[in-house]
Amino acid sequence: MADLVEKVLREAAEKESKFKTIEVEKEIDVIIDEGNLLVCDTNPIDFKLQKKNREDYLKDLSRDNTQLLINRIWQLPTHREDEVVVAELPDVKTLIPREKPVPKKRKATKWEEYARMKGINKKKKGRMVFDEQSKEYKPRWGYKRANDDTKDWLIEVPQNAGKLKKKKAEIYPFEDQFEKRKKKKNERTSKNELQRLRNIARAQKTKVPGVGLTPTIAPSKDHLGKALAIAKKSTASIGKFTETLPKEKPSKFTGKKRKFEPNYGDVKKENTKQLDILNSVLNKTPILDVTQAVNAHVKDENRSSSKRQKTDKKGGKGGKGSKGSKNNSQPKKGKRNKR
Amino acid sequence: MRPLTEEETKIFFEKLSKYIGENIKLLLDRPDGTYCFRLHKDRVFYVREEIMKLAGNIARKNLISMGTCFGKFTGSQKFKLHITALDFIAPYAKYKVWVKPSAEQQFVYGHHVMKSGLGRITENTPQYQGVIVYSMNDLPLGFGVAAKTTQECRRADPMAIVSFHQSDIGEYIRSEEKLV
Repeated sequence: MADLVEKVLREAAEKESKFKTIEVEKEIDVIIDEGNLLVCDTNPIDFKLQKKNREDYLKDLSRDNTQLLINRIWQLPTHREDEVVVAELPDVKTLIPREKPVPKKRKATKWEEYARMKGINKKKKGRMVFDEQSKEYKPRWGYKRANDDTKDWLIEVPQNAGKLKKKKAEIYPFEDQFEKRKKKKNERTSKNELQRLRNIARAQKTKVPGVGLTPTIAPSKDHLGKALAIAKKSTASIGKFTETLPKEKPSKFTGKKRKFEPNYGDVKKENTKQLDILNSVLNKTPILDVTQAVNAHVKDENRSSSKRQKTDKKGGKGGKGSKGSKNNSQPKKGKRNKR
Repeated sequence: MRPLTEEETKIFFEKLSKYIGENIKLLLDRPDGTYCFRLHKDRVFYVREEIMKLAGNIARKNLISMGTCFGKFTGSQKFKLHITALDFIAPYAKYKVWVKPSAEQQFVYGHHVMKSGLGRITENTPQYQGVIVYSMNDLPLGFGVAAKTTQECRRADPMAIVSFHQSDIGEYIRSEEKLV
């Protein structure tokens, strides 16, 4: 019986000796930031051990510190979640700087700039609006909105319909008011879209892409010329068969075709042309090579200063003269080394 | 195949003059015949006029090369000198660098020239000057760009780069398919 107990105890002791203890002692307490699962060990490194076997030393060190971190985690409040024990990490202590730079602020749109200049403040409108017809609150916009004018089954023809334009008085009252409303809405959305694109283009300092000719209140001569050029090209055959008016000038808004010199032209002429280009290329480089000139100057100085030193040495004691020359030569050396 | 435009000629000559300076004139004005530069598939060829005219009979797609290829225009319209131009550039070179036999292989494998491998260098070479690299028995090996002036080379430590590698004759084997 005693034998058995001893044997079991010995086996248990052997088993335990294989594993390291969970108790780790440090001369200076390590700093643990549980929120980041971070341990900072401020203890000095044992250089003797580290030199002997670096890998093992580092492994041991990291094991010990990890053990300390895990010990600390076990002291944290825990709870069960789906049969798993989970520790609740506190807030982080160490603040880590963000990886990417702070994004730049978007450039203000034209309206935003205008509003700031005029001192117009944005007023928050409530989402729900009272609907007169159904006598209840409904969303301001979107599906099932309040005061929805698209759901009108009848639109009154305005009183002044015929009076606005006398010429079309006959047609006006019979105009499709639904169609008119739809068209207006479409125009508003497309205008908004154009302004959105313009704002983007303005922010990126590029041209407004692919809008062609945008309507303006007072078209200039240039604008009209552009419109004509576009209109001429807007046929199925890209303006190939568009007739030109008598005395019409060629438009300056049509693109230029690139043109190359003929391949079998006069080669001699070509060469003289190239020689001209070569001269213009070579003229660009300065005649005075600065680095070369400086090098020559430094060389000269070195030579003269060394000559002076030699003569000073020949003079024997020298006294004041040799001192002066040394003082002169030293700063020059420093300059040369810098370059 | 077409002649170079004015813009292209300018870019091309600017690059070429880094190596041979005003000696480009000697390439254009030759006593033994009329030679010209032609652009074909972004590559610049230096051809005798008669050969150029003969080559004109070959369809553009089928024409691979004619005369000597000097280099090519990159996508961003910069000019890159090819090693094939070495035969014409080496005789007119203004600045030269000679490489010790021990460093010859290093250079021909596409590495920069170190101070330790530098045999000789032309006096008064400015920094970033185009140079032709020679072996000690005057065989042109390629071209590079001087990383240091001749003055600075004297004081540089052995591992310092003296000339940046641009192109070498090893490219005939290493990048055979890119040359044409």
